[in-house]
Amino acid sequence: MSDPTPTSARRPDKAGFVIAFGLAALALVVGWDAWRLASVNAHSAVGPAAFPTIIAAGLAALAVATAVEALRAGPVDRPRDEMGPMAWVLAGLVGQIALLPFLGFSIATGWLFAATAKGFGRGPVWAHFLAGTVMCFIIYVIFAKGLQLSLPAGPIERLI
Amino acid sequence: MDTFAALSQGLMVALQPINLLFAFVGVMLGTAVGVLPGIGPALTVALLLPITFKLDPAGSLIMFAGIYYGGMYGGSTASILLNTPGESSSIVTALEGNKMARAGRGGPALATAAIGSFVAGTIATIGLALVAPTVVDIAISFGPEDYFALMVLAFTTVSAAFGSSVTRGLTSLFIGLSLGLIGIDLQSGQARLSFGIPDLLDGVEVTTLAVALFAIGETLSVVAAGSRADEIIEPVKGSVFMNREDWKRSWKPWLRGTVLGFPIGAMPAGGAEIPTFLSYALEKRLCRKPDEFGNGAIEGVAGPEAANNAAAAGVLVPLLTLGLPTSATAAIMLAGFQQYGLNPGPLLFVSNPDLVWGLIASLFIANGMLLILNLPLVGLWVRLLAIPRPWLYGGILVFATLGTLGANPSLVELGMLLIFGLLGYVLRRYDYPIAPVVVGLILGPLAEQQLRRALAISVGDPTVLFQSPIALALYALSALALFGPLLFFLITGRKAPVGGDED
Repeated sequence: MSDPTPTSARRPDKAGFVIAFGLAALALVVGWDAWRLASVNAHSAVGPAAFPTIIAAGLAALAVATAVEALRAGPVDRPRDEMGPMAWVLAGLVGQIALLPFLGFSIATGWLFAATAKGFGRGPVWAHFLAGTVMCFIIYVIFAKGLQLSLPAGPIERLI
Repeated sequence: MDTFAALSQGLMVALQPINLLFAFVGVMLGTAVGVLPGIGPALTVALLLPITFKLDPAGSLIMFAGIYYGGMYGGSTASILLNTPGESSSIVTALEGNKMARAGRGGPALATAAIGSFVAGTIATIGLALVAPTVVDIAISFGPEDYFALMVLAFTTVSAAFGSSVTRGLTSLFIGLSLGLIGIDLQSGQARLSFGIPDLLDGVEVTTLAVALFAIGETLSVVAAGSRADEIIEPVKGSVFMNREDWKRSWKPWLRGTVLGFPIGAMPAGGAEIPTFLSYALEKRLCRKPDEFGNGAIEGVAGPEAANNAAAAGVLVPLLTLGLPTSATAAIMLAGFQQYGLNPGPLLFVSNPDLVWGLIASLFIANGMLLILNLPLVGLWVRLLAIPRPWLYGGILVFATLGTLGANPSLVELGMLLIFGLLGYVLRRYDYPIAPVVVGLILGPLAEQQLRRALAISVGDPTVLFQSPIALALYALSALALFGPLLFFLITGRKAPVGGDED
């Protein structure tokens, strides 16, 4: 938890402001949608807009509260996050989405496995990619034959 | 006597070989995921939902309950040997348990945790069987306005109990509520917040959100922490058996922990964390050798572990009788019921007594299995801890995306998984709790339904919400949950203790 350290020159917590801004934006989106729905003629006493309106108001109030807390807390020391490893994991997830429609479940998810392992510092990527693809192909077969769940198929999966 | 007739009927269901097998699979899986860092029972049940869709409801729910109980056992193993709690309600166990392990008394620490969990789990499950019918009798008379008040209470307690401040808890809750709005409004047929994307018309899947927040968010925050998060596993040295003094020092904390854990878990008051903190404080005060606290006092393991498991059983009371989840795992289990078209609540006890009582009876069996399995297999669980993290988290992501694709093989679903995963990372990074998001998503639409039903009956007059004495009492409790920490601060001048996060 962030200790409110009283410093002479009070600088606000920047991250808190960004979050407050995000909440305000979300409040606007929800509120705008509620306003759009309010014009729709509802047949019941309470239409589809009532609940979103409450939530939008709550979000707006929380945005203000978060901003006030950020002002009062001052700068917070947070440990630096390592962007490189995180980028590998994200590349794994995005890559899986990109590869899935063309190359099927096994190859796309094999890539996800390899990229994640690389992010955690274990290479080489190609060996993990091969191992991951074989593992995912086995999973695919178990799912398709055993549970009748269809996962996206690609060139390898069409072989069976 | 009715309860015992129903319970023995349930025992017949639970003792069917196939259901015994489901319970066994559940407790094994639950213990494994409880031990492993990064995955907990909520995530596991969420991943299994699509796979179990075609299985028998009773069997799957028995398995889910086994995972829930097993996760509690496994969590204690991880916190004792690794000093990183596998799930949040074992944070306190790590305090004394890891000290014991470092002093070479890991065996007795694991034993008192396992036996204490068994004692507490069994007593609390009896409590569940006894209390549930009474709550059902009361709940039958609840009107929609009372249900709405009950959900408001669940919202406030979940937000106030989790996380480091009420603002943060409420922020998480409102993010969840906003996500719950997405999709077609069932009463008017209007699409809300779907921005013309057809995949959003069905709303956000609970499983997608839970898997993203727990698996992807957790993986991202662990990988971003880099070498900060290195862990040391304490090997189990010496005997796993407790000596006479250990027994003497353990049995009272077990019972006290149970007495603390069950009622707090059973009230819609949010999860298993608070009783573990209370139990730790109580044992510290009552212990004859208070200087041992902080250096590996067995009471500090026995009490909180018992409280933890008793609360886990207690959480099932509002879930089964009112359909009210008060923890992330309970919220996912509610989604598990819903996927079979079953709605937990008073009516379920009338319409599917075999299933409900079979589930309750299976908890006794799961508890017994866990006691028998855990101590002999502790070597196996320790080896699980030695899985290299690159492979562990690689595997977690593979199964996370597999579960999502199994439920709905669409790229939009995977994209949502990624976006919510990033949300989970941001929430963790800035100390926002996760559980209220999941509870908000699943309870938000139910609360709206009750609110609109109440207002439809009163023809739009909002004062109906504040006329029933039950509802008023529930609102008073909600206010207490929200402003309690503030009052505590004003009266004592100290910050109120707050619970941890997650499962």
